[in-house]
Amino acid sequence: MKKLILILIILLPFNLKAQDELANMLDSITKPKTDYASATFKTTRIVTSHSVESMKRGQLEFRVSHRFGSIKSGVDQFWGIDQSTIFIGLSYGITDWLEMGVGRTPNEKIFNGFAKLKLLRQCSGESNIPFTMVYMGSTGVSAAKWSGQGTNYFTSRLSYVNQLMFARKFNEELSIQLSPAHIHRNMVESALDDNDVFSIGIGGRYKIAKRMSFNIEYFYVVRPIWNIKSAYTNPISVGVDIETGGHVFQIMLTNSIGMIEKHYIAENLDDFTKGEIHLGFNISRVFTLVGE
Amino acid sequence: MKIASFLALALIMFCNLNAADKYITKTGHIWFYSKTPMEVIEAHNNQAASVIDIKTGSIAFNLIIKSFKFERALMEEHFNENYIESAKFPKSTFNGKFTNFDKSNFTKNGIYKVNVEGDLNIHGVAKHVKTPGSIEVKDGKIYAKSKFSVKPEDYNIQIPGIVRDKIGKNMEITVDLVYEPFK
Repeated sequence: MKKLILILIILLPFNLKAQDELANMLDSITKPKTDYASATFKTTRIVTSHSVESMKRGQLEFRVSHRFGSIKSGVDQFWGIDQSTIFIGLSYGITDWLEMGVGRTPNEKIFNGFAKLKLLRQCSGESNIPFTMVYMGSTGVSAAKWSGQGTNYFTSRLSYVNQLMFARKFNEELSIQLSPAHIHRNMVESALDDNDVFSIGIGGRYKIAKRMSFNIEYFYVVRPIWNIKSAYTNPISVGVDIETGGHVFQIMLTNSIGMIEKHYIAENLDDFTKGEIHLGFNISRVFTLVGE
Repeated sequence: MKIASFLALALIMFCNLNAADKYITKTGHIWFYSKTPMEVIEAHNNQAASVIDIKTGSIAFNLIIKSFKFERALMEEHFNENYIESAKFPKSTFNGKFTNFDKSNFTKNGIYKVNVEGDLNIHGVAKHVKTPGSIEVKDGKIYAKSKFSVKPEDYNIQIPGIVRDKIGKNMEITVDLVYEPFK
């Protein structure tokens, strides 16, 4: 019996292939560290609203967005392309978890500034967090000439956005985001309109090719009871992201020409079901100002 | 009972004996570089794990792809997402042997030229490669260096025409590791 064991022990090392043994040994010492989900979305917007993505430290994003007129306008207006609304924005990653940006939208001549704060990052491995959580706060100021009666106070030109975003990258293709948003306007058009608007957005992307994804988003806006017959509608957008190196092109169909939350979520007037659909696109160009 | 304890003792001895023949690193430096008139691509990985068995002259590498750091965050994202697909293929491995090397040199101080050949696995594709390198044995540590190049296309890494001019036809890979005896 002893002899048999002895023989076994002598033979054992020779039975193991040296190569496999080394590979196994390496496998046991290279335990996976925390693996953070990257590129939950291709760019900082799902379609029009913010995604959980932000500029990394030292990156500058230049963003130009167009929304054309309603495609209902027909051949006379070249299906809306004759009218366009243009948003221009710049944003910068101060750290990997803080992005700050400015933008300008022609409706109401609003300049806005925003900060985007990454609170949680989806990860697996050593530690596990099932989703990414981001806060976005924004302030807008209207620079339009005062056309109403009486004195216009500066504060009446201000509007604010608080938005939380929870997103999960389920796999390489599918990501889904929930975005509860609160919009406060210091002054509204009529007494029937509420200064505070609460809304919940749902959006997602599905990658249809390595550099292309199909995106969709919808915001359900909670209206106060007395405002139930308001003409405002909930925004819905479908789009395609196309990535080419440092550029991301987003082409979409949407029922809103608004490109900031105040217009897009709180004050949207067009109805998708009535064919009030707009063609639009965003172009995002990223420059690396400071390397790692 | 006697047999069991004897077996245990023998196993422990066998393990210890075997361990003494191995040199290991978990913080090896492996980096790649490509230069074209339009773009320089360079990424460093300082967490390469590798082991040399000086008894058999075999060598193995294990590399977590996501540990490659680029100067530009966007380049790093595209590398992981679009080219090397690190979610699908999280590791790159090498399993090979020193071919023209006197094994007794591993224990003598000095600088030696070596040839290594074996299977290199990148992006889920294994290819047999041969490369020269150098080994310096100094005070019980092994310093290994090598430089070779790979073609992304050989490893089924697709590069779209629009960016083909920005990415070198050959990626120059430099390996620089310090092994310590495995205890």
